[in-house]
Amino acid sequence: MYSRLYQLLKMVGDPLADFIQAHLPLIHTQQAHLIGAASLLLAAALGFNHKKLPFRWEAVVGVLGVLLFIYGQAEGLVLAPKESMMGDAGRILYVHVPAAWVAMVAFGAAFVGSLTYLVTERFGADHVSEASTEVGIVFSILLLVLGAIFGRPTWGVYWTWDPRLTASAVMMLTFVGVLLLRAVIVDAENRARWSAVATIVASINIPITYMSVKWWRTMHQMQSTKNTLDPDMRAVLWFNTWAFVLLGIWFIATRYRIAARQAADESAPALPEAP
Amino acid sequence: MNSHPPGLVVDDLARRFGRRWAVARVSIEVPPATVLMLTGANGSGKTTFLRCLATALRPHHGSVYLNGQNTWTERAETRAAIGFLSHQSRLYTDLSATDNLRMWAAMGGRTDNIEALLERVALPATRRDPVRTFSAGMKRRLSLARTLLGRPKLLLLDEPFSAFDPEGQDLVRSVVTEARQNGATVIITTHVPHLAAQVCDIAAHLNAGRIQWTGSVAERLEWQPS
Amino acid sequence: MSVILQSIAVARKDLLIEWRSPSRVSGILFFALALLLMVAFTTDASAATLRKQAGGALWLGMLLASTRSLDLSYAIETEEDALEGLVLWPVDPRAMFFGKAFANTTILFLVASALTPLAIAIFDAPIYGSVTHYVAFLALGSAALAAPGTLYALLTARARSASVLLPVLLFPLVVPALIAASRGTSLAMEGDLMNQAPSWIKLLLLFNAVHWSLDALLYGRIVEDG
Repeated sequence: MYSRLYQLLKMVGDPLADFIQAHLPLIHTQQAHLIGAASLLLAAALGFNHKKLPFRWEAVVGVLGVLLFIYGQAEGLVLAPKESMMGDAGRILYVHVPAAWVAMVAFGAAFVGSLTYLVTERFGADHVSEASTEVGIVFSILLLVLGAIFGRPTWGVYWTWDPRLTASAVMMLTFVGVLLLRAVIVDAENRARWSAVATIVASINIPITYMSVKWWRTMHQMQSTKNTLDPDMRAVLWFNTWAFVLLGIWFIATRYRIAARQAADESAPALPEAP
Repeated sequence: MNSHPPGLVVDDLARRFGRRWAVARVSIEVPPATVLMLTGANGSGKTTFLRCLATALRPHHGSVYLNGQNTWTERAETRAAIGFLSHQSRLYTDLSATDNLRMWAAMGGRTDNIEALLERVALPATRRDPVRTFSAGMKRRLSLARTLLGRPKLLLLDEPFSAFDPEGQDLVRSVVTEARQNGATVIITTHVPHLAAQVCDIAAHLNAGRIQWTGSVAERLEWQPS
Repeated sequence: MSVILQSIAVARKDLLIEWRSPSRVSGILFFALALLLMVAFTTDASAATLRKQAGGALWLGMLLASTRSLDLSYAIETEEDALEGLVLWPVDPRAMFFGKAFANTTILFLVASALTPLAIAIFDAPIYGSVTHYVAFLALGSAALAAPGTLYALLTARARSASVLLPVLLFPLVVPALIAASRGTSLAMEGDLMNQAPSWIKLLLLFNAVHWSLDALLYGRIVEDG
């Protein structure tokens, strides 16, 4: 019985690890985990500590992000060596991959925020969820559009049914649905609770979606291209990923403040005096 | 911790919608075998108050106790003892009267005699028409029957005399009297005090979410809200 | 009352309503049938290609049919606000979910079964492979659409945005199930030389396991206030 349980766990765990690994290509694993963990923690911390800080910490993060972005893109567009197979068009890597990163991290933060809200009923967590979902969608769209534009000269097609790409598209659509749901619910408490539920279901569905698309495409024997990166290129990619992640955190934090301010306008009135 | 007296105890209850407090710190006690008549203008918070008592709405402040139990935190248990007749009939219009009651009874583990209950509200059990074909009065009767399933200890009736002809109103009064005899706490909201007065013991008047006046029914009939 | 018994009672209620007014099943069936025909008309292809479309077209039809079916399954609850009646009864939200999802699964399975001979005829695609697999895919696919659908249709029914939002919310969510069910159905129809069907069945089982548990737990947070 235990072996069967283990098999079941492997059945779920392997593709999950696969899925995470597929979105963290070409970057050293430890750094990857660090980036991911740091981003999620920061995003989660937003819900709890923002009022206690005397200054806007995200502005610092944002400035850093912009600087890194400029440097990273300069490196990527001009200084780094040309990719052997794809030529200059391969430089899309330096935006495409980091965008995928940020989207993943953002949706992860949305999941954490939603779960936190359901447990604690603190609106801060709902703001994290809302902000992260929006930023995640923006970066997903960026990812897909960039992929399409630059896919043409490099791979000859605008779109492939690559499991990662397909799962990303489905992920984006699912979260767009969550945003639409938010838009039609009037009551603030209901909105927070119901979109939290929708976000959780959407998030948990992503690994399963990835698995199903992967099986579907492998059955049809269409593999995605795997690149091995030159160490020079790897460093540039690392810079750019950090740049994007910092920018992403800045966006989320800023959007969070907007959400918090909007909520303050709608916030609960004081209790009337005792009769 | 059972420090509350039996019956209904409302302790500093408040509930808001948006920025407006629909129920603004109401406290009242209604012992068992007592009928409370609650009056108030439209928008005074009567229905919201009743819905809070029915645990349809979570209290934003304060608590409600039924026979010592907090009705919200222990709602998995307390709800079975609360019968709520609201404006909505809560019926499945594709099913007949008998089927409606049978299904509702089955879903709640209630073991009442369906035929007897239908007789009580003067609806023939033999009719197999779907509720869709019923008149408003008949729907209300069936709704009342559904409310009585399981012999609730707290009976909440939201304007029960509206949508009823004089016979129906008599039915409501007899149901209330019977419930009171069985030891239930009953709360009736109404616009028309004289219809309910015969069967009520105490009265309260709600204004802008607050209790403006309480007293006996006799006193209520003399008092005019300002 | 145990969750299982309550679920059975809720499912009985939903299925009884369906039995009394079968317009729902036939309406959905014709909707799905129309879709199958549209796919056949708009696929300018040889008989062999058309045959390959059968499984996919069937599930496309089921997908669209499911949103209609789910909307209707909540229309009966919101018409006279029976939904709140269930919450206050109390019916455990998990039982509300399991009962309704099971009823929806049954209806979708019936529709799929009725569609089968029609699909076979339209696409000239008899079942050359395993009939057992075919039935399994129909059943598991129906369950896979019904579970998240029952949760999300509740959301759209309560948010008053109704039918418009349900497809947008549901479709991306059921992509894995759609892939697995349509691939599996095609394999059962065309013949499964490399024995790929078991992997798809496993995927459907996983999808169902996740949604039938997770969605049941989350149902309560939506159907209740606070």
